[in-house]
Amino acid sequence: MLHSITQSLIHSINMKLDYLDQLESEAIHIMREVAGQFERPALLFSGGKDSITLVHLARKAFRPGKFPFPLVHIDTGHNFQEALDFRDWLAESLGEKLIVRYVEDTIREKKLKEPTGRNASRNALQTFTLLDTIEEFEFDACIGGARRDEEKARAKERVFSVRDEFGSWDPKRQRPELWDTYNGKIHKGENVRVFPISNWTELDVWNYIKRENIALPSIYFAHDRECLLRDGKLLATAGGVIQREEADELVTRRVRFRTVGDISCTAAVESTADTLESVIAEIQATRISERGETRIDDQVSEAAMEDRKKGGYF
Amino acid sequence: MDLLRFITCGSVDDGKSTLIGRLLYDSKSILADQLEAVERASKHKNDGEIDLALLTDGLRSEREQGITIDVAYRYFQTPARKFIIVDAPGHIQYTRNMVTGASNCQLAIVLVDARNGVVEQTRRHSLIASMLGIPHIVVAVNKMDLVDYSEDVFSNICIQYAELAKKLNAKQVTFIPMSALNGDNVVDPSQNMSWYEGPTLLNYLETVELDHDVNLTDARFPVQYVIRPQTPDLHDYRGYAGKITSGIFRKGDSVTVLPSGETSTVEAIEFFEEVKDEAFAPMSVILHLADDIDISRGNLIVKSDSQPVVSQNIEALLCWMDTKELKVGSKYTLQHGTFRSRCVVRDIAYQLNVNTYEETEGVESLKLNDIARVVLKTAQPISFDPYSRNRVNGGAILIDETSNVTVGALMLM
Repeated sequence: MLHSITQSLIHSINMKLDYLDQLESEAIHIMREVAGQFERPALLFSGGKDSITLVHLARKAFRPGKFPFPLVHIDTGHNFQEALDFRDWLAESLGEKLIVRYVEDTIREKKLKEPTGRNASRNALQTFTLLDTIEEFEFDACIGGARRDEEKARAKERVFSVRDEFGSWDPKRQRPELWDTYNGKIHKGENVRVFPISNWTELDVWNYIKRENIALPSIYFAHDRECLLRDGKLLATAGGVIQREEADELVTRRVRFRTVGDISCTAAVESTADTLESVIAEIQATRISERGETRIDDQVSEAAMEDRKKGGYF
Repeated sequence: MDLLRFITCGSVDDGKSTLIGRLLYDSKSILADQLEAVERASKHKNDGEIDLALLTDGLRSEREQGITIDVAYRYFQTPARKFIIVDAPGHIQYTRNMVTGASNCQLAIVLVDARNGVVEQTRRHSLIASMLGIPHIVVAVNKMDLVDYSEDVFSNICIQYAELAKKLNAKQVTFIPMSALNGDNVVDPSQNMSWYEGPTLLNYLETVELDHDVNLTDARFPVQYVIRPQTPDLHDYRGYAGKITSGIFRKGDSVTVLPSGETSTVEAIEFFEEVKDEAFAPMSVILHLADDIDISRGNLIVKSDSQPVVSQNIEALLCWMDTKELKVGSKYTLQHGTFRSRCVVRDIAYQLNVNTYEETEGVESLKLNDIARVVLKTAQPISFDPYSRNRVNGGAILIDETSNVTVGALMLM
């Protein structure tokens, strides 16, 4: 008897999950809640490392079955070709359904006015296409790769974030969310944005990618690239999306992308890190946040992200 | 590496935001551009000094009013551990937010202003932490700089608090004197309190023993989703996807499926292209059973030698979270993990005053943030453990059937 108690104690010491395993299990659990609670879910896929991580987690949640949702990409028309190629390759190799909708089409159909001038971006217009796509397919839940460590408004958002018919987030009407019980009950026309990696940090994502050996688009690693140097930020010339201004200096630098979004609002960082190990070492040493270093659209005001979320943005 | 989720209970007046800011700042978890943003905002507020509290208040109305409205999550890491800070508002009108935040935490920091000692708010926060089953409590006696770093003041607060703690069921209470504003005993040891020989706050957070917080005794597996590929090569494949919320499952274990009571044995435990002999909480896996029985989402698979309670009549502590009152006789949807059933509130046994701990009987309705012991009847039997024994399988929520909003948190008894 004593022996067996000692045995079970020794045993229980080993029964501890590493923090990455805990985060992984939490994310898998959230994805399965989506599958169990909703009729028409979707996984919003941007081609960035966070949504690539989501796809990997979906495999862990549902294989050997198929994903209970399609991958949906809202293409601003300003994406890096490397990211688009990767997206197509990933969906194809997994045998999962990919739906792509274009901001370009929304602009034409709705006669939207494209932002012009300095640092103009289609990032805001994305919201229109996203809401149309949700309506077209009657999606009731959209899984996204947002993390709470990214930004102050995101730090307050629930894992299951209920949006009204206009996609708006109302921070004052958030549902209490207790234990790992998620309430996905909604009225017709509403939808829920679901964030399985809410509790992951940028470093957690990279450590997980390394541990799981997850493939990423090449632009996440150091490469030589032609860029415009503007206000200390390196903007890609690829695709001719960003118009050169008089003060811009045309340079070729060894760079990598820390986030991969729309070309018009994602800056490159100078780097020689060409392996996962060296990328992680660089992030551990960095003194600037992911969004602060590379996002051009958050820097408009203190509440920029909060305002965009209220408008239906992810 | 370990993961510790802890909640900070207190209000801006107690220096809560300053404490979090200090923890992040001194552990070098604040990045240069985030600090610059705070410096800019500090200048707008026209007082020169960097206001560490601005690091944590995320919503515009919170910044405008200088208060915390909703729960915010912060992340930092030291070589010893990874931390999730659940930053919850302290005022009584946000009790429901604190309950939300506390539900997942292993540790609570209860902030006490050294000048005021144990006050109403301390009692409320300690009760909520205890009610939500948080095993470790740190009483952070802050603003020691304003009482001349007096050991007597600190000792008196410890005595006051120990009296209060007797009425609660915290497993472990630790007291730390500090000044968040000046950084004494937050990350670095204080130069002003040589009489204190205990750990700094960060020190304690890095070393507090967490091994016994997970229940590894009662094996529970709520079924979330049934995986049936129905492809030619996997024609008969049928796997139950879910997360082990407590306990350990091993291949060959005798199991019971609830509420039906049918029995089978664990044939295999699968985890992404891998078959395991055993799996434990909180792992997400796929279970395969030897017999073909009817199992769907909402069922609970348990080891047959440790059965939970299965009943339609339940009692619970309830925190009411809606502006619309709860009345005896009202019907709601109860959600317990993946299980849902309609239920009716049959009685309010007593209402609990969160500040004085007094119990009032004969209450007919509950208002926002009220806490009470209630009696419920569910339409289908619910399979649960008492909350004090099993936090995950003992907690449930109430959902309003017209608004679909989560209106109540239940700690089952």
